[in-house]
Amino acid sequence: MAADRVDPIHQFHINTIVPIHVGGYDLSFTNFSLFMVIAVVLSGGLLYWATAGRRVVPSRSQSVAEMTYEFSASMLKDSAGNEGMRFFPFIFTLFVFVLMANLIGMFPYFPTVTSQLIVTVALALVVFFMVMIAGFVRHGFGFFKLFVPSGIPVALLPLVVAIEIISFFTRPVSHSVRLFANMLAGHITVKVFAGFIFSLGSLGALGVAGAILPLIMVVGLTALEILIAFLQAYVFAMLACIYINDAIHPGH
Amino acid sequence: MFVTSAYAQTAAPSAIEAHEGVAAGGGHEAFPPFNPEYFPSQLLWLAITFIAFYYFVKKVLLPRIGDTIENRRRTIAGNLEEAARMKEDADAAVAAYEQELADARARAHEIATKARDEARAKAENDRKKVEASLDGKLAESEKRIASVKASAMKDVGSIAEDTASMIVERLLGSVASKSDIAAAVKAARE
Repeated sequence: MAADRVDPIHQFHINTIVPIHVGGYDLSFTNFSLFMVIAVVLSGGLLYWATAGRRVVPSRSQSVAEMTYEFSASMLKDSAGNEGMRFFPFIFTLFVFVLMANLIGMFPYFPTVTSQLIVTVALALVVFFMVMIAGFVRHGFGFFKLFVPSGIPVALLPLVVAIEIISFFTRPVSHSVRLFANMLAGHITVKVFAGFIFSLGSLGALGVAGAILPLIMVVGLTALEILIAFLQAYVFAMLACIYINDAIHPGH
Repeated sequence: MFVTSAYAQTAAPSAIEAHEGVAAGGGHEAFPPFNPEYFPSQLLWLAITFIAFYYFVKKVLLPRIGDTIENRRRTIAGNLEEAARMKEDADAAVAAYEQELADARARAHEIATKARDEARAKAENDRKKVEASLDGKLAESEKRIASVKASAMKDVGSIAEDTASMIVERLLGSVASKSDIAAAVKAARE
């Protein structure tokens, strides 16, 4: 399987672990399903364990759990206000899930759940429909005010409304592709440079010496990817908060 | 579809998926993230794990962390309140202490003043008593002196008369009458 080692796409392959077929659909438990379960169990378990003490003076792990809580709470409160706090469990789940999936993906041989387009699309669509439903439930047709910014000259209104509607409906696309593309491109880049090490290393002594450069690159890129894992989880959850704010305060 | 091997599934993608794979550099099979064959599986397991995690977060984790933070906030607020109360107590104690100190000082001053006044009054009294007794003694002495003087003066007349009669007798050889001598002495003494 030498080709797999240098093939940057190999890490995104889906392998069935437990085949399940229902009504012509392949619902198999795959390596990605396994890592979804691992991400959920690990984040749930870690947060549960870290907060078990419920100490007034927190331990380090409890501090991390509380920081995550307060970070996502302030993220939601700052963009959607106090009324937005109804969505806090969802935002917290989303943030921790994406963050944990991104970080687990940084381990060699571990698949990155968020590098599968369908996963990020599904999460983005959940946010999208949640915003629409919550907006209509709260404001009824008043939700359409979202597309009509105040203080715009009447002549420009049709154009602005058209742009607003397009931007609203393309949100799930940009929302999902941003996370997916970042994770995919990052992992491919790391893998390509790691592949250079392998290829050069097989060319003898000179090749081994030359392989030091891509090795340095891989170390640097890995650090960058860990930053991006945090950043993209934050961006994904932050955008969800901003969209939720539209459901709660549709007028601009 | 009754294929069980994952490899067999990925090895037989439709032509449409295959050209995406080529474009992405995957080679002979579909680029996995765009391969719709696994979408149902991915969606199902994402839904299962995400919803399970959502309920765990909502029912267990968030109340737990929220309670801990709220509890801490209450503890800190309670401690601050208690500290403020204790500070108030301490301030009251200081005020009471200073009041007492001032009272004690005033009382000490009062006692000192009273003692001084009493001592002064007693000294004055003693002085007066001594003066009075001295005055008494002085008066008595003066009286005695006066009486001594008076008696002496009374004797002076008779002595002068005797002396005068003796001098006259010796000088004149005659005896002067007693009344003349007395009148002459009296005239001389005045």
